Amino acid sequence: MKNQPVHQGRLKTPFYSRLAQLDTVNEWHEWKGYSSANALYCEDMEYFAIRNATAVFDLTPMTKYRITGPDALDYLNRLVTRDMARIRPGRVAYAVWCDDQGQVIDDGTIFHLREGEYRLCSQERHFAWLQAAAIGFDVTITHETEDVAALAVQGPTSFSVLNTMGLEGLEELKPFGLTHCDFQGSELMVSRTGFTADLGYELWIDPDKAEALWDALFEAGKLFGIRAIGTHALELARIEAGFLAAHMEFLPADETVRTGRSRSPLELGLDWLVDFKKPNFNGRRALAEEKRNGSTWRLVKLDIDGNKPAHHSYIFGKEKGNKGEIGFITSAAWSPVCKQNIALGTVRTPHGKPGTSVWVEIYYQREMHWNRKMAKATVVDKPFWFPPRRGATPPGPY
Amino acid sequence: MTDRYDAIVVGAGHNGLVCSALLAKAGKNVLVLEANEQVGGAAVTREFADGYSVSACAHLLYQLQPEVRKELELDPTLSCEDMTTIALAENGKHVRLTGVSAEGVSDEDAASYRRFRKRMTRFANLLRKYLNKSPPRLGTKDMKDLITLGQLGFDIRRLGKDEMQEFLRLIGMNIHDELDERFTSPLLKGAIGLDAVLGTHLGPRSPNTIMTYLYRLAGDQGRVATPEAGMGSVCNELAHAARVAGATIRTHMPVQRIIVENGRVTGVETDDGERFDSYTVISNADPKRTVMDLVGARHVETGFARRIHHLRAKGNAAKLHLALDGLPTIEGLSKKDFAERLVIAPDEHYVERAFNPAKYGESSPDPVIEMIFPSFRDESLAPTGKHVLSAVVQYAPYDLKGGWNDEARDTFYQAVIRTIAKYAPDIEQRITASELLTPADIEREFHITGGHWHHGELTLDQFLFVRPVSGAAQYRMPLDGLYLCGAGTHPGGGVSGAAGRNAARAILRREKAA
Repeated sequence: MKNQPVHQGRLKTPFYSRLAQLDTVNEWHEWKGYSSANALYCEDMEYFAIRNATAVFDLTPMTKYRITGPDALDYLNRLVTRDMARIRPGRVAYAVWCDDQGQVIDDGTIFHLREGEYRLCSQERHFAWLQAAAIGFDVTITHETEDVAALAVQGPTSFSVLNTMGLEGLEELKPFGLTHCDFQGSELMVSRTGFTADLGYELWIDPDKAEALWDALFEAGKLFGIRAIGTHALELARIEAGFLAAHMEFLPADETVRTGRSRSPLELGLDWLVDFKKPNFNGRRALAEEKRNGSTWRLVKLDIDGNKPAHHSYIFGKEKGNKGEIGFITSAAWSPVCKQNIALGTVRTPHGKPGTSVWVEIYYQREMHWNRKMAKATVVDKPFWFPPRRGATPPGPY
Repeated sequence: MTDRYDAIVVGAGHNGLVCSALLAKAGKNVLVLEANEQVGGAAVTREFADGYSVSACAHLLYQLQPEVRKELELDPTLSCEDMTTIALAENGKHVRLTGVSAEGVSDEDAASYRRFRKRMTRFANLLRKYLNKSPPRLGTKDMKDLITLGQLGFDIRRLGKDEMQEFLRLIGMNIHDELDERFTSPLLKGAIGLDAVLGTHLGPRSPNTIMTYLYRLAGDQGRVATPEAGMGSVCNELAHAARVAGATIRTHMPVQRIIVENGRVTGVETDDGERFDSYTVISNADPKRTVMDLVGARHVETGFARRIHHLRAKGNAAKLHLALDGLPTIEGLSKKDFAERLVIAPDEHYVERAFNPAKYGESSPDPVIEMIFPSFRDESLAPTGKHVLSAVVQYAPYDLKGGWNDEARDTFYQAVIRTIAKYAPDIEQRITASELLTPADIEREFHITGGHWHHGELTLDQFLFVRPVSGAAQYRMPLDGLYLCGAGTHPGGGVSGAAGRNAARAILRREKAA
């Protein structure tokens, strides 16, 4: 392992100079050691850039590991619940990995960069776990968060922006595909992935080329409404997409202390990611047992009456009598694009089957005074926002 | 198409033999595969020089469980029983320990020893009850586990308030402090200190050496014996019992791997590529060797593999065998004393100092020694008039700095002989042949990772509910069809048969439940 300097204080991403130029509200938070903007000028406008134009989000702090070696595929297949043999080079897989008890440690994306060479991206850091999982495998795991600068370029005009920038070969790039292009003599990796359930891409490049990439992108995007955004806008898009977030919809199992505070993939609606046909993967025994005996929790997507976001609310099976509490909301928002009061929550089984109704206890403040209302909510099956343009290949131009 | 066995036992150590005999008695079609030419694992008798035989590793019988004896109708013939421990003094004023009595110490020390030993025996008896049970799981709703846990709590409480507090105070403590508080005789303290640390990578000042002392006492109230014709005779008897019950034992069949197919164990493959099928494979090998080498970490889950990977199992006890053309002279010993157990640990600091270099990967220049003359009462082991000395010598760390090359081995051998010669000045002239087995040799010859006689350090973090590791303490491993039955599981090492018996019972119980 090479020696790396230990940074003191908060890190700045390679895009910091450009973000700072655009920043007017000076709202930053810490994300895995880096400064990350909550918003740059106006969360609402930033959000609408995602849905109506092109939004650029600096995702450099996202944890990235490079996994290489003759056993890389076998290693990943033991690590994650889905079958990685089906993910060919040039493809990206959303995946989830569990501890021995079948409880989710984290979810993330695995990029099959080239034959036998992978990148795993996640919100949390997992070096210790990945190393432990490597016992008995011929693989090398490299932490490369600082070595790769990354941008999410999301929104209906994103393809046009990249096309205008001169990136080739994106017409045929399907969702969850990746390609390598040349950018000023450096290799630029473009993947059709994102956290918004919209048409969008993520760009991955050497940190030395980060500012040049940013400049070229914004130059090309001038006429396509390109805007830099912060995490608040992205968070709203994330909820609309129905995606999970660590520390929101689940706690990483290795961070929980009390039993029952972690979640299995089956409890998070990720059954489709668990391939029991694989003979061995971490958590398989526990998950097979859970499948036989039934899960305790179920993740629900809720369409709630009214327009008051159900932040931190309890969920009840019935409207009257507050003894029947069956769960709670984990993420909630008024969705501007869906015109719906939406939320993600966790409820005890057998409650929460799609199509059924539950009640959400919403507290909201009006001129200092608190109000309480029980709002009816319908459990929905599909993501709140899932436009056809997300999957259109080639994407329509603007 | 190969035959499918009800169970395959990998390794014919004494625990593997106990396990296979009990399974065969229950009507199972059992195959035992042993890598060496002899059954017994580290409990064998072998000729180390022309005409001289000795128990190769374990040389004292002090733990063979009555349950095992009874169920397998074992009755090993003993050449010496209830052996007295003689703590040697250079001036010939030795200390003799027999049961609760100590001779050669002050009246106060003798009285203290009686009290100490009685209390320790009481605590050890409590422990003994649990040697012969699967350790209960914590945080479970399983009725059997809850009952065992409840019993354990009740048994501790039943000691009485003061004794319970004493038990809980002592169990994690080091033996040095306790000895220092109670006794004045350096020899007495040295001998007890040695008993507490034999076979471990611990010194008398290491935590939980009272527990290891209790473990030693728990076997048979601290009674020590030597089996006639060496330890191999016990295992031959066990093998006989297994064969009579219908088990097939094949020696010289090293298992190369335990086959895992579709996420479960389906059999084993030998070094020669021969394959034997069974949905139940019970490994008498140590946990690391079983999981990391025979199964392969990739076939088990990460957390489990990590725990096994980090298991502490580095042996520190070497075994010395000397062929002697006659008994050495030791001042203050009568001839019949050569039937007893002699220890060289002149004081408790000596034992700790002997341990010090081992912490840094060096062997002890002044080792502690437990030695016996098994040929004294057993003529089968040496030519008439000649004798065998069998000694456990510490400390000889497995991962010696620079490795166990000829030079390192010779250095340690000389240190041991020099130490013995302090008490038996004519020892060197008496030696006609010798053999020193370092932990590295024990690893190679007996296929024990780290050459550790407990298959894994006997410490509180690797004991009872968490032996060998948490989540796998009930003999069944978190891989369908795989079981462990060796010293690496509860309760630990020593020729007790407890682990083998507990494993067999766990397997049969599970079958009944299924």
